[in-house]
Amino acid sequence: MSEKVNIFDRMMRIDRRWIFLFLIVVCVITYTIPFTIPIYPVPEVKSIYNFLDSLPEDDIVLVAIDYDPNNLAELHPMTYAVVEHLWRKKVKVIFTSLSQNGPGMADQAIRDISDSLKLDRTYNGVEFKGREIVNGVDYCFLGYKPYYALIILGMGQDFRLHFPNDYYGTPLDDLPMMQGVINYDQVDCVVDLSGGNITDAWISYGQGRFNFPLMLGLTGVMTAQYYPFLGSGQVKGIMGGLLGAAQYEELADNPGRAKDGMRIQLFAHYVIILFIVLGNIGFFMTTRSKKEGGA
Amino acid sequence: MKRQLPFVLVFIFGAFMVFQYFVPHESSEWVYEFLLDWITIIGIFALALGIYSLYHVSVEKIKFKRENWPYSYVTLIGLFLMVVFGFTGRVGDAWGMYPVFVLTLVAFLMLLIQTTIATNKTLWLGLCAVSLVVAVAIGLFDDTWTINFMTQEGLRNSMFVNFFDYILIPILSTMFSLLAFFIASAAYRAFRARNLLATLLLIAALIVMLRFNPYMPFGLPALMADTSNWLMNVPNLAAQRAIVIGIGLGIVATALKVILGIERGYMGKG
Repeated sequence: MSEKVNIFDRMMRIDRRWIFLFLIVVCVITYTIPFTIPIYPVPEVKSIYNFLDSLPEDDIVLVAIDYDPNNLAELHPMTYAVVEHLWRKKVKVIFTSLSQNGPGMADQAIRDISDSLKLDRTYNGVEFKGREIVNGVDYCFLGYKPYYALIILGMGQDFRLHFPNDYYGTPLDDLPMMQGVINYDQVDCVVDLSGGNITDAWISYGQGRFNFPLMLGLTGVMTAQYYPFLGSGQVKGIMGGLLGAAQYEELADNPGRAKDGMRIQLFAHYVIILFIVLGNIGFFMTTRSKKEGGA
Repeated sequence: MKRQLPFVLVFIFGAFMVFQYFVPHESSEWVYEFLLDWITIIGIFALALGIYSLYHVSVEKIKFKRENWPYSYVTLIGLFLMVVFGFTGRVGDAWGMYPVFVLTLVAFLMLLIQTTIATNKTLWLGLCAVSLVVAVAIGLFDDTWTINFMTQEGLRNSMFVNFFDYILIPILSTMFSLLAFFIASAAYRAFRARNLLATLLLIAALIVMLRFNPYMPFGLPALMADTSNWLMNVPNLAAQRAIVIGIGLGIVATALKVILGIERGYMGKG
């Protein structure tokens, strides 16, 4: 004779397919209904924004696009927000990509952001006129080379050591913005947007050895791991996951993919919390009834 | 001697790289840059070896019809197509014989696989040669596209860019986004307040998940954000620091063991 299963047992043992279904329904509904949620920037994101915002025209920032398409949802919005902010302020950007599939992502981001820069926009009350972004003048894309630790070390000596030509085959010496740019000494800071171990190399071999200001954009699961470097001052700021990207967009007054994605993520988290609570209620009640039955 | 030479080389170069860090002299920097170049060159050979290995493993899978063997064709065709697109590019807007060229090269690849696995190799080898000759002939006489062996123009080939943007990116993004569902299911099962430590983990997880929740009443969002920041900056930081320092010491110890020839795992057997 089968034992009667009560509601609390059911709450403890919900089939995972119901969880999947409920999650996808909530994601689709929140995606379909347009609404915005308020975003509160945290100090570690503010410090990145403030540093980049304080850079004068023609300064140079190295943006390392060290992620693959699987981290696109979290890290691509950071690239768009940071690079658009820099280009609107006429700060020059050197792109590298030390992740295998990164160059395609970087190339795609450069194309999209260049198109966006053609339009007039107003951010935080400041009007920015649209302009053409020119390869070699506004940016230089170095591309990909294997063995990221060595490349980071090599760029500390001379960018031309591993990248005599840019991604498109033009010698670095022929690019106007690279005239007189030898190594990290001519770069104001490095922003590493990463979904893997490359961040460790940027901290150990890059910041540790060449002492440049380093800022990180990381996936949500990686973020907690890098707080020691924030505490020690080796890292100036951290943008963690989609939330970090949304906070940067909020500060830059440039709502984009991250803020759009946050409403979906928020309700997905509600679903997860709901199931955790249900599971725990079931667990408590079942344990209690077992104890009472045992007593 | 055969075994001692690698140990001597590892000792010399390992010790040099350690001391070089503290010697900011021009000649020291020159040797350092020279060694960095060498490592890149060795890395490129490893890349070629990796491609050969992928081809070999996939062909073996097809040959012995191992589990999911048809997917090996997809792997090889994908690899081959991206290489072809990367090394070629259209000159103008016209397609010309480019699709025929690409299809001929795909046919060449299929015939090459068949040559490897077939018993009657002569026939397949002949067909292989014919397809290659046709591809080369198209390459020589069709001027609507060009081969870029020595430049990086191929990276701008619309086929290369489109395959990356519209095939690779969606596939990898989809694979990763599936994690959200597994995380939801795993969180439901794992976060149970079974004992004190599990309860602490559960509370910390809930606070971190709710840290950006703007819909909580009575100033709770700010409280949650502050508590979450404290969790990240104090307990998490302390634990992570301990881990990082432990890993760092472990790396130094392992590096010393390799340089001094105590750890010989990189030599393979023995």
